[in-house]
Amino acid sequence: MVSNNILIELEQVGFAYAPLRPVLRGLDFILEKGERVSLLGANGSGKTTLFHLIMGLLMPDSGRLRVFGEERRQRKDFDEVRRRIGLLFQDSDDQLFSPTVAEDIAFGPFNLGKSREDVLRIVKETLAVLGLEGFEDRVTYKLSGGEKRLVALGTVLAMRPEVLLLDEPVIGLDEEHRNRFANILKGSNLSYIIISHDRDFLEEVTNRRYLLGGGRLQKT
Amino acid sequence: MITEKFSEGDSPLHRFDPRVKLCLALPYAFLVALSESVAVSCSALALGIVLVTVARLKVGLVLARLRVLFLFILLLWITLPLSMPGMAVYTIGRLSVSLEGLQRALSISLKSTAIILLVISLLGTSTVFSLAHVLSHFRLPKKLLYLFFLSYRYIYVIGVEYRRLRDAMRVRAFKPGTNIHTYRSYGYLIGMLLIRSFERSERIYHAMLCRGFQGRFYLLDHFHMHRRDIAFLLVMSLMLIGMGLCEWFLTIS
Repeated sequence: MVSNNILIELEQVGFAYAPLRPVLRGLDFILEKGERVSLLGANGSGKTTLFHLIMGLLMPDSGRLRVFGEERRQRKDFDEVRRRIGLLFQDSDDQLFSPTVAEDIAFGPFNLGKSREDVLRIVKETLAVLGLEGFEDRVTYKLSGGEKRLVALGTVLAMRPEVLLLDEPVIGLDEEHRNRFANILKGSNLSYIIISHDRDFLEEVTNRRYLLGGGRLQKT
Repeated sequence: MITEKFSEGDSPLHRFDPRVKLCLALPYAFLVALSESVAVSCSALALGIVLVTVARLKVGLVLARLRVLFLFILLLWITLPLSMPGMAVYTIGRLSVSLEGLQRALSISLKSTAIILLVISLLGTSTVFSLAHVLSHFRLPKKLLYLFFLSYRYIYVIGVEYRRLRDAMRVRAFKPGTNIHTYRSYGYLIGMLLIRSFERSERIYHAMLCRGFQGRFYLLDHFHMHRRDIAFLLVMSLMLIGMGLCEWFLTIS
């Protein structure tokens, strides 16, 4: 069963931080092109772990992981995955490490080997998408919480990913920033998976819902 | 918490190319530190005062910065005249105040104040990040540079984390005292900060990997040298050479 529409496919994936307490036990999951999935589950049920497995930051103990039609086994298989999937971290301070907004957004495109002219254009376009025109020279750690989250999303979008993995993207955001975030997602044609406990937000931006519990995924 | 109060401003000194300012600050600091003549120290002090004035820095802030230095200098004024051997100008019982000691204390006071003023007006008027950029333009070893750069970026975050933990202790009625409970609680606080910082560093590294980090950093900004930068560099260099020559003639004779 090979379909071109399958972006991410996990088959019987198991993972444990401590050998006797597995987090994921035989998890199956498929993400197809155009799907907008919300991922619910109790604290500590392994939602973030699942994201880190997809990005190759963690390696599964068992099972198979196919991303963009190819099986990913070793660290270096994930170079391509990281170029084409964007992960937004829970804490924006983890993501924004450059002095200025422009440089942080430029970091990813530079790593992709883009030229300076292209990078400058991408920075400008990305800020326009976020509605943060003129933020180029703002110092990242002095931004407000909501602005930080939007810029962090920008740093991911600047790499022109095909899939987004968003870990608690709107937690702690005020109404206005939350709506801006939702509008950016709705206005894109990306496939994404969102971890969140904000039911209204999920209702607004996703069309499928999974529940992670007992180390497995259930469709709800 | 590190603040960059001096870097917020709009004066000719703020606008000069930070490369020029760094190139000037270092030789000036060395010359003043090594000089032995009072004339050179005094002219450097005068230059420092002129530059701080041109930079339109708040006098209160500059004095606050100097206060720390003055505490050290005060100690020197107490110890040096009494401890340095030389011609006695005044005697209190068995202690004698030496002229050489007074001269040395005066010279150190002038020189250190001059250097602080010069550094505040030349380097303080740029942000730490633009100075980090300058260092990368000067091809400093990359690893040192990133260490400096990332430490600076995250000291702020760690500082915020520290205050959050400290406040959490305070709201549970923690009052520091001289007892085991206080020492243990501070031990936990520091231990917790270390662990959190370590975990954060891992998350940052992961976030960088996810954005395709391969061990290289790229510079987006490039500085532009204007005519006024070159003029400033020339004038300041001439004064530096003048002071150097003055020092040379005065010490030879």
